[in-house]
Amino acid sequence: MIGRLLLVCRLAVRDLRRRRTETALLLLAVMAATTTLTLGLVLRDAAGDPYRSTREATHGPDVIAGAGRPAPLSDLQKLAGVTDHSGPYPVAAAKFQASGRTSDVQAVGRDSAAASVDQPALTEGSWVSDDGVVVEAAFAGAFGVRVGDPVTLDGRSFEVVGVAVSAAMAPYPSGSCLVAQGCINGPMSADTPEGLLQNPGLVWLTQKDVRSLDPDHLTYVTNLKLADPDDAQTFVDAHRSGGTRLQSWQSVLEDATELAKDSQILLMIGAWLLGLLAVAGLSVLVGGRMADQHRRVGLLKAVGGTPGLVAAVLLAEYVLVAVLATAAGLTAGTLAAPLLTESSAGLLGAASPPPMTLSTIVLVTAVALGVAVAATIVPAVRAARVSTVAALADSPRPPRRVGSLIALSARLPVPLLLAVRVAARRPRRVALGVLSIAITVSGIYVLLVLNAFLTSQPLAGGYGDAQVEVLRRVLLAWTVLLLSLAAINAVVITWTTVLDNRHASALTRALGASPRQVSTAMAAAQVLPALAGAVLGVFPGGFALFAAINTITGGDSGRATLPAPWQLLTLVLATVLVVAALTAVPARLGARRPVTETLQGW
Amino acid sequence: MSGSAYTPVLRAHGLRKEYGKGDGLVRAVDGVDLEIGEGETVAIMGPSGCGKSTLLHLLGGLDRPSAGEVSLNGRRIDDVSEKDLARMRRTDVGFVFQSFHLMEELTAVENVELSALLAGRSPRAARRRAEELLERVGLAGRTRFLPSALSGGQRQRVAVARALSNEPKVVLADEPTGNLDSAATLDVLQLFEDLHESGQTLVIVTHDPRIAATADRMFSMRDGALVDETRLTGGTTGGLGALIGLED
Repeated sequence: MIGRLLLVCRLAVRDLRRRRTETALLLLAVMAATTTLTLGLVLRDAAGDPYRSTREATHGPDVIAGAGRPAPLSDLQKLAGVTDHSGPYPVAAAKFQASGRTSDVQAVGRDSAAASVDQPALTEGSWVSDDGVVVEAAFAGAFGVRVGDPVTLDGRSFEVVGVAVSAAMAPYPSGSCLVAQGCINGPMSADTPEGLLQNPGLVWLTQKDVRSLDPDHLTYVTNLKLADPDDAQTFVDAHRSGGTRLQSWQSVLEDATELAKDSQILLMIGAWLLGLLAVAGLSVLVGGRMADQHRRVGLLKAVGGTPGLVAAVLLAEYVLVAVLATAAGLTAGTLAAPLLTESSAGLLGAASPPPMTLSTIVLVTAVALGVAVAATIVPAVRAARVSTVAALADSPRPPRRVGSLIALSARLPVPLLLAVRVAARRPRRVALGVLSIAITVSGIYVLLVLNAFLTSQPLAGGYGDAQVEVLRRVLLAWTVLLLSLAAINAVVITWTTVLDNRHASALTRALGASPRQVSTAMAAAQVLPALAGAVLGVFPGGFALFAAINTITGGDSGRATLPAPWQLLTLVLATVLVVAALTAVPARLGARRPVTETLQGW
Repeated sequence: MSGSAYTPVLRAHGLRKEYGKGDGLVRAVDGVDLEIGEGETVAIMGPSGCGKSTLLHLLGGLDRPSAGEVSLNGRRIDDVSEKDLARMRRTDVGFVFQSFHLMEELTAVENVELSALLAGRSPRAARRRAEELLERVGLAGRTRFLPSALSGGQRQRVAVARALSNEPKVVLADEPTGNLDSAATLDVLQLFEDLHESGQTLVIVTHDPRIAATADRMFSMRDGALVDETRLTGGTTGGLGALIGLED
């Protein structure tokens, strides 16, 4: 048994080393999927680091409670399990004006002395004083406000004395609503009730100043420390009542890492798309490689290899690649995660590589092995079943005959005639090519929609400039990986087609087709499926993928701007042109091989 | 040679084909001079590896010589562009290969019409011509058969029909019976004899003396060079077949 295992491993490793370029392509394809998947899985852990740092530095509360009167909040402070508290503090809604720009804000009245729970940490300046306002750091960043700047609140002049961060609320614009009139993120519509605060920022004033802003409409907020912070959500669930709003620190963490959640969803969908692309690319690569390995399979069988052993050797090669790609993907994804998290001004510290969990390792390994096995199983079983004599004779798998296409192609110009016949010889490969392009174009369609959304109405998604930048970075990573893998697939499919059609191409040239006609045909055989894939990638592919993303994220597709017809037309045409350019080189290289060399070797 | 007026259709002068460099230099074809007249059947014989097939490829413009000249129908083809060579192969030359080289996914008639389609004939004209040719080679009832459903001899007859598709000036056959049994060889011999009778110029590369005996002239090739030329009286395949023991 061990001897057989050693044999399988040795044969697999030798063959992989013999075909280094193909092995590298295989590795890259699977690694793109595993890296994206790892990123998707660990991103939120990485994004949570700055919030935890901020919570520690500011003695962040375990529960934040708000009410219209201070009395119920004082009652909460006396409950069992509450070990410390600050507040209740008055909160007023106000119009904030700075440098000619206006925004709604929630102004929290604080004592000049430091509080034992939720004492915002200053990143600039000093703490509140009469007529001096401290601005939440992310809001200050979005408004370009600095210490010393004059601002007005409801028309009353203040000076910015400090900029600070807090763990009692997620940074702007994801902050929670403390005021009684309610808040809305995104643009107002005709149906929006009047009086709501739109994307409010957070500022701290002295209690005296807050009470002077709008004494008739104050609400109150208190910050509680619990004996066991992990019980915060249970505490919240147990003491929620009609007049009191409670929020656990875990819920604030959720809000603070909302962006990472959105990025995570995008990355997970990207990982699936890349996984499917990898399966399509690998299937073609493996199929082409199996055709080359026909004789090797015959030799293995001739020396006593069972069908099981033959299949095991073939599968082992790709399983080895998958294992390597898993290790590389896990490492790259974990190291890259901090780069795709927000370096928000509203939190302290930077994201660091998250710890690797067993569930992440298992899931990424399973996906990598799934991709490898899905792409390999059909050719491996086919190789295991082939008769030894046929394999030793090295007779290639006969091409398919699609009579209707052959008849139809007779009416076409020579390059198209040849292209249609080349495509018709391997319908499965054509289907994989169509699938590969359709997946890529669907991804690009969604990217266009998301990019337009981020450009036109970022606040509707609760994103500040820094967060938009992060999401753009995620989308860029998506695009680069998607396009790279699609390009690899296009080249691999063309090259496999060129190799598979060596004989047919040489024969066609012997019968009078020029090298140009043959190379044009070879490229056209890829461009025709690319055209079909691009059209299918827009509809239904792009529409379906966008609908899926909306369903998963609970997004409102009505707020999204769908690409204009000219953009879609450009996308389809650009796809076809790029595929034509990518396939031209392998097609030309294939047509350069001397006719006689090919025909004699057959 | 069937006619008295000698018109060279194919002419080679000082033809050389070399592979490799220095100590590894191999002269596959070494200074061949050759003239083949219209309607003439020429056989080139020699042992395996003597350069017969390479010479045939050079004569048909499938390969380019290292030195020397090749003319087809009075026009040099050794220095023309690849595109012009392709055009020439489409209209002036028909190839028959030892291993048939048929497209496995195409039926007999689709294989034969392929040359005509490449030459730009209409699908209808190409199909009509292909059916005529298949009838001429005795395969009228097998036009819709895939190559895998045909015997070796039948496949070679399809290949011959394909070579004739565009009424070429010359048909070049490379070991056309090399992969056939005796009965199939006889079929193909008969076919070449018919072509000869009809005035088709033929160059047949073979190491089988029985095939060579059907030619007007026979060249012997050794180490890339033509070392001997024999004029034959020619003969019908039927008579020759009986003589050389292909028939009972």
